[in-house]
Amino acid sequence: MTTVFDPSAAAARATDAILHDTLHGTARGVVVDSPPGAGKSTLVVRAALELAEAGHPLMVVAQTNAQVDDLVLRLAEKNPDLPVGRLHSSDSDPYDKALDDLPSVRTSAKAGDLAGQAVVLSTAAKWAHVKVDEPWRHAIVDEAYQMRSDALLAVAGLFERALFVGDPGQLDPFAIVGSEQWAGLAYDPSASAVTTLLAHNPDLPQHRLPVSWRLPASAAPLVSDAFYPYTPFRSGTGPGDRTLAFGVPSDGSGPDRVIDEAAESGWGLLELPARHTPRTDPEAVRAVATVVRRLLDRAGAATSERSAASSPLTADRIAVGTAHRDQAAAIRSALADQGVPDVVVDTANRLQGREYDVTVVLHPLSGRPDATAFHLETGRLCVLASRHRHACIVVCRAGVTDLLDDYPSTEPVQLGTVVKFPDGWEANHAVLAHLAEHRVVWQP
Amino acid sequence: MSLISTLARLEAVSTGRAQPAATVRHRHLGDRPLVFVPLTTAGEAGAPLGALVGTDRDAPRLLAVPQPRDRDLRFAFLAELADVVLPYVDSYADAVEAAERTETDPETGKRVKVEVDLCADAPQLIVPSRAGIDLVRLLGRSMRFRRTAEQDPEAPYPAPPRVPLLGRWLTHFGERARVPGSSLLLAMTDVLGRHWVTGQSTLEDQHLGALLAWIDPPQGVTGAEAALRAELERDAQGQLTCPPAGPATDPAFDNKLLAPAIERYDRARTALSAAEDGLEADDRLGALSAAEREIRDLVLSRTRPTWDAVWRGLDLLRELPEGARVEERWTRDRWSFTGHRDRVLAGEPPQPRRDDAVTAANKLATREREQARLEAQEALDDPLVMAGRRLSGEAFAGEVTDVVMAYSEGKRPSPRPLVTVRTDDRPYLGERTKVYRSLGGKPQSAEFVADEEDGALVVLRILDKMGRGKEPEPGSVPEKGDRICFTLFEHEQRGGAKLPDPEETPWTHGGPPGEAALEAADPVTEEDVL
Amino acid sequence: MPPPRTRGTALRHRLAELRGPDVPAKALDARALAALAANPGCARRAILDGAGVNKAALASALGSPSAFGQSQFALTRGNAFEAKVKADGGAELLRLVHEKLDRSAEPPVEARVPDLTATGPRGRTARTELELREATAHPGAWTLLDHPMLALDVAGSPAFLEPDAVVVHPDGSWTVVEIKSFPLLDGSADPAKVGAAARQAAVYVLALEELAARLGAEPEGGTARLGAEPEGDAAPLGAEPEGGTARLGAEPEGGAARLGVEPEGGAARLGAEPEGGTAPLGEEGDARADGTGVPVPRVRHRVLLVCPRDFSNLPAASAVDIRKQRAVTARQLARLTRIEDVADALPEGTCFSPELPAEALAAAVESVPATYAPECLSACELAFHCRTRSRQEGAVTSLGRPVRAELGGLTTVEDVLAAARGEAGDPDDPAVAALRRAAALRAEALEAACR
Repeated sequence: MTTVFDPSAAAARATDAILHDTLHGTARGVVVDSPPGAGKSTLVVRAALELAEAGHPLMVVAQTNAQVDDLVLRLAEKNPDLPVGRLHSSDSDPYDKALDDLPSVRTSAKAGDLAGQAVVLSTAAKWAHVKVDEPWRHAIVDEAYQMRSDALLAVAGLFERALFVGDPGQLDPFAIVGSEQWAGLAYDPSASAVTTLLAHNPDLPQHRLPVSWRLPASAAPLVSDAFYPYTPFRSGTGPGDRTLAFGVPSDGSGPDRVIDEAAESGWGLLELPARHTPRTDPEAVRAVATVVRRLLDRAGAATSERSAASSPLTADRIAVGTAHRDQAAAIRSALADQGVPDVVVDTANRLQGREYDVTVVLHPLSGRPDATAFHLETGRLCVLASRHRHACIVVCRAGVTDLLDDYPSTEPVQLGTVVKFPDGWEANHAVLAHLAEHRVVWQP
Repeated sequence: MSLISTLARLEAVSTGRAQPAATVRHRHLGDRPLVFVPLTTAGEAGAPLGALVGTDRDAPRLLAVPQPRDRDLRFAFLAELADVVLPYVDSYADAVEAAERTETDPETGKRVKVEVDLCADAPQLIVPSRAGIDLVRLLGRSMRFRRTAEQDPEAPYPAPPRVPLLGRWLTHFGERARVPGSSLLLAMTDVLGRHWVTGQSTLEDQHLGALLAWIDPPQGVTGAEAALRAELERDAQGQLTCPPAGPATDPAFDNKLLAPAIERYDRARTALSAAEDGLEADDRLGALSAAEREIRDLVLSRTRPTWDAVWRGLDLLRELPEGARVEERWTRDRWSFTGHRDRVLAGEPPQPRRDDAVTAANKLATREREQARLEAQEALDDPLVMAGRRLSGEAFAGEVTDVVMAYSEGKRPSPRPLVTVRTDDRPYLGERTKVYRSLGGKPQSAEFVADEEDGALVVLRILDKMGRGKEPEPGSVPEKGDRICFTLFEHEQRGGAKLPDPEETPWTHGGPPGEAALEAADPVTEEDVL
Repeated sequence: MPPPRTRGTALRHRLAELRGPDVPAKALDARALAALAANPGCARRAILDGAGVNKAALASALGSPSAFGQSQFALTRGNAFEAKVKADGGAELLRLVHEKLDRSAEPPVEARVPDLTATGPRGRTARTELELREATAHPGAWTLLDHPMLALDVAGSPAFLEPDAVVVHPDGSWTVVEIKSFPLLDGSADPAKVGAAARQAAVYVLALEELAARLGAEPEGGTARLGAEPEGDAAPLGAEPEGGTARLGAEPEGGAARLGVEPEGGAARLGAEPEGGTAPLGEEGDARADGTGVPVPRVRHRVLLVCPRDFSNLPAASAVDIRKQRAVTARQLARLTRIEDVADALPEGTCFSPELPAEALAAAVESVPATYAPECLSACELAFHCRTRSRQEGAVTSLGRPVRAELGGLTTVEDVLAAARGEAGDPDDPAVAALRRAAALRAEALEAACR
């Protein structure tokens, strides 16, 4: 007998357990791993509302101002009467102006002004400057895997207990100077906040959101296997639940063929001839821009479980991901040349946490003469390969498999550090092997 | 590696000479640096074999350990080293100037200015290579927990009196060397490599002899040839003519010259202790001295070329004018030195083996701040460094083509002039990106408004440093025809948030570390001879 | 899968020819195998190592001798330390294994330390296998194998490897012990050296897993795919290191005399399921894989690194997770099979014998492409030769791998400089355009500084 996997029920069970531990548990911390699109923000908002409604004053720590503003907007949407405080920096334009229109949201650069608000939200950097006599009973720390240990050290004195939520598969935090001298210490300041937290408190309850609502059935198994080998997850939708169709038929060109392949299977690899190129490989840049242009020209329509009617694939539902800023700049300019100004083009770092219907990715190793640790970082590829609801199209030059094979493996080893899995090499191979099945070879 | 330095490297290959990587000197060089050229014994952690040390290039002090496995002889070496280094360090401790420092008032919790002493200058240690810095750290670590007979009469192998203090100072130097832009302890290969680009790889640049060969090759020889010779040329005995800068020695030297000499020394010592009468003892003492002298000569022969190379490197560096902001960074080194001087005077215990969570986080924050400061200052001090930032889109330079006066909205309008700059650079400017230029040494900020002609014209709005009046102060707004350079990075670094005190370490980081127990001395090998 | 025997034999013949007549193969040790990962893209190194060519001798014959040497002080100290660690029947060593890796087991009050002496590497390998089988078959006790010898199939030929020690735990699992003389200072050690030790240990782990598979069970995790398919009979060598004197029959305990000789079938294939079906790890009693009477040996993926503590000669130890290094080494070993293609591409009669005149040798070496990078200087005996060639060709990688990153298709110093000067190159190529901008900015800055 096979049991049918019910994603909603599985997700609900996980959420209930998390909320139970958060509201009624005795542990000082609760850790939640959330794979891409598993409803992390929804969880954070729900936990915040339940804590607030139970009368617990709550502080929320996020990592960027955009994340904080997003949470404030979501909280206000769910409960417009909840008194919310947005603590912000004293820089110019410190928060989203949209917050000014929300009657129950108070904004201030001084924590004292916000005393009495049910929930106060800010960035870790701003919280680090706050002094309190009486710590908050509860805190929620969002994107905790992207927070550095030293940033947590600066704010942990502000709360008694906290819910830590984040995605372990995305890019790790980093330091711009060497921190080897602390490698192996439980409180290595350059490690992630969760690493330090769990090293000192190994018995904290740890949960996992088991279902990705973003990634389609075609993507979840690959992303789960390649980047979350020890904490697998499933897609919330089944194989037929989402479709992508185009009103304009293919013109037979490489870009159109790869678009059709991706619409059909969820993945497409547009493979250009092998060649060593600079980062801003003009052919690859043009290929990416052309794919985007064709996606728009061909009048795409996406259908999903959200509604019976299909929605048009518009520029705001498409994003382009790159490894480097200059690549993003080159693609933006190529898109402008092709008359497509409104598509988001950004690096993996900046695409973290965002969601689109279709993504077009310039493979980080495309055309490179050598692989480097930067390009092999699993988090980078994971972010790029997990932003889409329908399809992901990767543009890459041939030869990356050989490049990976020739990569020298002479990494130093720091005693006492936990070996991080998966290994970038293996994750890259896994993704390439999968993409090879959806390959469209193209000579531009 | 930036494309500019790649290009310089290739030009070095093609011209046979190192090319400039800087147009000014970005590190402080004191008037009287202490040069330290150490050698160690292979296979043992920080076991010294010998060293040349001193402030006079013509009169280095030679220290040698004729039997590196003998604990007493090692201690004698360290004591002798302390006799050179500590008086040198002390000579900077007394001359002070009054300075202000912001401290947190323990009563009110407010930040207040207090007047304190700041050492007018600080000592500076120069070692040949990065491995030398590691050794300084290792020596510091090996000495600072040792107990002298005075501290602990029971200590199994008491250290000579000043050795633990030397350990604390070397530890301080070693730790300070991790701070970007600091100059208390420098490795010659690093400093030369910062200022010149050779026609070989950075890996090969770690060889001081080869690096100097590229920068300053002998007459009639290319840098490549001279470097190859420095790396590989051996004499008839199979010894490298340019011995490695240490602290590790060439195995061929160990096996062919040093090992037999140490063996002769051991034999002479055994013979001496077996001498049956005074006359015989006198003879054998003479033999022992001769054997010891032989080892000292060997050590000298391997360290002297490096010693001379370090001084030659100093000469070359002194030919470069000092960068404008180097002095400011050196002042931070003086603060660092003064602080440690005060800790030693106050009788504080030696630096712990491992940092606690708060100390580690504070150090990391400081170093990241100093790294950002260094990168900004080097670019502002040196057009060649700025060229690299311009190439990477983090700065742009050009000519002002238009200035339009404009004012901020509000009750008291302030000047917000719009300045148009024509540039060939391609900075990464987005909506309201902040940019900065140096105005009389202070950063003036502006924001990006628009670009025209495909990025060739950049329109900026100047935001500050124009005085309090409605009209900007003279000279505070760029004028048409001015050549100016804006950066996307900030020129000055903000201080980070204050971390909790160690005794307030939160539960997420293991809680307070507890009362700092006096760290125990290291366990020692039982045998006298390792 | 290729038809094994004939093809393997042919390759071995070919490799022996490359080495030169009567030139004995240089035995590959764990260090050399671990170094394969240092520059996996280098066909020259792959073929020379695969053929058992003595690269140091070759480098000398080419007139660019390698600069590797070891100080006798380091050697003496290393040996003395190892002896100290293993003194008293390995009591201290076993205590460390227990403390760092297996605290739930009985403390090692007493342990078996079998005598492993035998003639020749094969004899010693057989002896080691016998004792491992013995120890594993009688769980409940600690066994210390001091300098065992292991064979690992490398591109069809066995390499003989000598770990410092292998410990059999009371549960029958095996641990590799590496004893190094660099210090463990306040709990940490030089990461580069630990990395090298971990890669070396990973080679031993792979060899043990191959052996464990041969003993009839599946290693930990069951993923020990070596890729390099053993040729069915790893024993006969094209490359006899010791002139073929390995006496397998010299086994003291009679019955096991056929150890070391491969079973006829494909049982030696790692990753292939053992005949008796999978023997689940950790299951009680019936964990006998194929009726040979051997319980399931598990090779632990955490090895024990033993180093002098701080500034003393007292041992301190740390467990090192070598899963990554194991995976890296396994795939590099697997890729070594491609030396067949490299060998096939060589001109007829190519030979690397150091007896040949330098010019002929140089031509032979040139016939295999190398991917020199400065990192080779610390990892390969031939590096100085390759560096000279690389510099003569004006290859930009001779200045470091990262130098290439922004140069696109430009690979030589002159091409790059010509492009930068505007004498060559397509201005629409972003690499060329960036070079010209870099050159202009650099010139402008230097000029400004001169003023």
